[in-house]
Amino acid sequence: MAQLICQDLTLGYDGHVILSGLNFEVDAGDYLCIVGENGSGKSTLMKTILGLQSPMHGKVTTGDGLRRSEIGYLPQQTVVQRDFPASVWEIVLSGCQGRQGLRPFYNKADKALASENIRKMGLDALTRRCYRELSGGQQQRVLLARALCATQKILLLDEPVSGLDPRVTAEMYDLIDTLNKRDGITIIMISHDLDAAMRYASRILHIGSTVFFGSKEDYLKSDAAYTFRKEGETA
Amino acid sequence: MTEMFEKLSLYMQYPFVRYALIVGVLIALCSSLLGITLVLKRFSFIGDGLSHVAFGAMAIAAIFNMTNDMPLMLAITILSAILLLRSGQNAKIKGDAAVAMISVGALAIGYLLMNRFSKSSNLSGDVCSTLFGSTSILTLRKSEVWLCVVLSILVLIVFVLFYNKIFAVTFDEAFARATGTKASVYNLLLAVIIAVIIVLAMNLVGSLLISALVIFPALSAMRLFKSFRSVTICAAVYSVLTAALGILVSVLADTPVGSTIVAIEIAAFAVCWLAGAIKGGVRR
Repeated sequence: MAQLICQDLTLGYDGHVILSGLNFEVDAGDYLCIVGENGSGKSTLMKTILGLQSPMHGKVTTGDGLRRSEIGYLPQQTVVQRDFPASVWEIVLSGCQGRQGLRPFYNKADKALASENIRKMGLDALTRRCYRELSGGQQQRVLLARALCATQKILLLDEPVSGLDPRVTAEMYDLIDTLNKRDGITIIMISHDLDAAMRYASRILHIGSTVFFGSKEDYLKSDAAYTFRKEGETA
Repeated sequence: MTEMFEKLSLYMQYPFVRYALIVGVLIALCSSLLGITLVLKRFSFIGDGLSHVAFGAMAIAAIFNMTNDMPLMLAITILSAILLLRSGQNAKIKGDAAVAMISVGALAIGYLLMNRFSKSSNLSGDVCSTLFGSTSILTLRKSEVWLCVVLSILVLIVFVLFYNKIFAVTFDEAFARATGTKASVYNLLLAVIIAVIIVLAMNLVGSLLISALVIFPALSAMRLFKSFRSVTICAAVYSVLTAALGILVSVLADTPVGSTIVAIEIAAFAVCWLAGAIKGGVRR
C-alpha cells in the first residue's frame, strides 16, 4: 500500500484555482521529484501534503503505517531564522517536539535520537555552535537532522539546494541520496534543477499547464519534459 | 556613600517602596521572558499596541464608573492580542501594520472618550499618568500587589512548562505544525500571557514605556549570547537588575519611575552591545 495518496486534488487560495484534478501516489522508498514552472503550485502542493493548508477539493491520505504528523519537512529558510539565537543542539532537539504531546521536557530517548541524527549529518563538532553563524550548507544539514528527529519514514524537501554553491549542492544531493538508498527513507523533493531530478529521482511529478506523473524514463519521452526544458533554455 | 545607604534603608521601611520593588521586578521578569519570542517573531511593537488598547479599555471603564477596571482591561486586551497574533498568518493587513493601526486607533478613541465623558478635574494629569505611569507604582494597594504576585508566578510556571514548545513554534512555525505540534494553541497561549503581562505592566511604567520592558532585555541578551536558553536566562537577569536599579534610583533621585528604568535599560543595552562587539571582534 502507498505511503501517501493524493486523490483528485484541487489546489489554490482565496477561491483562485491553480491546479485541479491531481492524482498521484508515493510508495515507501520512492524518490519523487516535483518539478514545474514558478507559480505552478509546487509550494501550495507541499503545504497541502503537510496539512498546513486544506485542499479546495479532493483529499490527501496516508497509508502503510504512516501518520500524517510523521512527515519530516525541510522548509526554505525564513527571515526569522537568519538572526535567531539558537544552538545546533536546540534546533535538532526541537524536531522531537511533535511527539511530546503535553509532556513539557525532552527525555533521554529524545536526546539520544537528536545526538544520533547530529552524528549522521556530520555535525558533531558544531553541536554547541550558533545556527546563524554556520554556512548555508551546514544550516541545511542542521534542518535535515531536525527533520530526521521528526520521522524515520518520509521527508519532504522544499528546494533543498537553493542558494548553495555547486560543491555544497553536490554534497547535499549525495546526502539525500544516501538517506533514500541506505536508510530507506522516502523522499519527496521540490526542485528547479531538472538535471539533478533526472539523476537521482525514481519518479517525477510535473505540474503546470501540462501534468505528468510517472517514472523518469517515461518523463523524458513526454511532452511536459520537452516544453519545460525548452522554456528553461530560453529563460 | 553611607549617606545614600541610610536614605535607602529609611525608604525601605515604607511599604509602598517595598511594594513597588516587588511588583516592578516581577513584571520586568515576565515581560523579558516573553520579549524574546516577540522580538524574534517580529512583534516588537505589540507591547506598545496592546498597552494602548488597555488604555482605551481603561477609558471605557472610567466612563461607566467601574471601581475595578482590571477585568474589563484584561478581557479587551486579551481579545486584541489574539486577533493580532492570529492575523500574522493569513491577514490582508500584515502584522506590523495591524499593530500600528490598533495602537493608534485605541489611543485616539481612549483619549476622545476620556475627554468627552471624564468627570475628573485634572484630565491631562490623568492621561499623562496612565501613559507614563508617573506615580501609579508608588500608590499600589496591598491587594494589587498580591494579584500581581499571583499572576506573575502563573506566567513563570506556564513559561517554564511550555519553554520547549515556545522555542519550536518561534523558530519554525510551519515545521512545528507539519510535525504535529498544535502551534495555534500555543500562539493563543502566548497572546493571553502577553496581554496579562501588559495589563500588569501598565501599573509600573505606563502604557508608552511597556515596549522598553519587552524589547531591551531580549535585544541586549542577543548581543552577548548565542543559544536560546542562555539568551533567555540573560534577559531575565538583565531585566530584574535594571528594574530594581531603576526603582531604587528613582526613589533616591526623585525621578519618574518608568522613565528612569528605561534610561537605565538604554545604558545597559549600550554596555551589552559594546561587550558583544569586543567579544565578536576577538574571536574573528
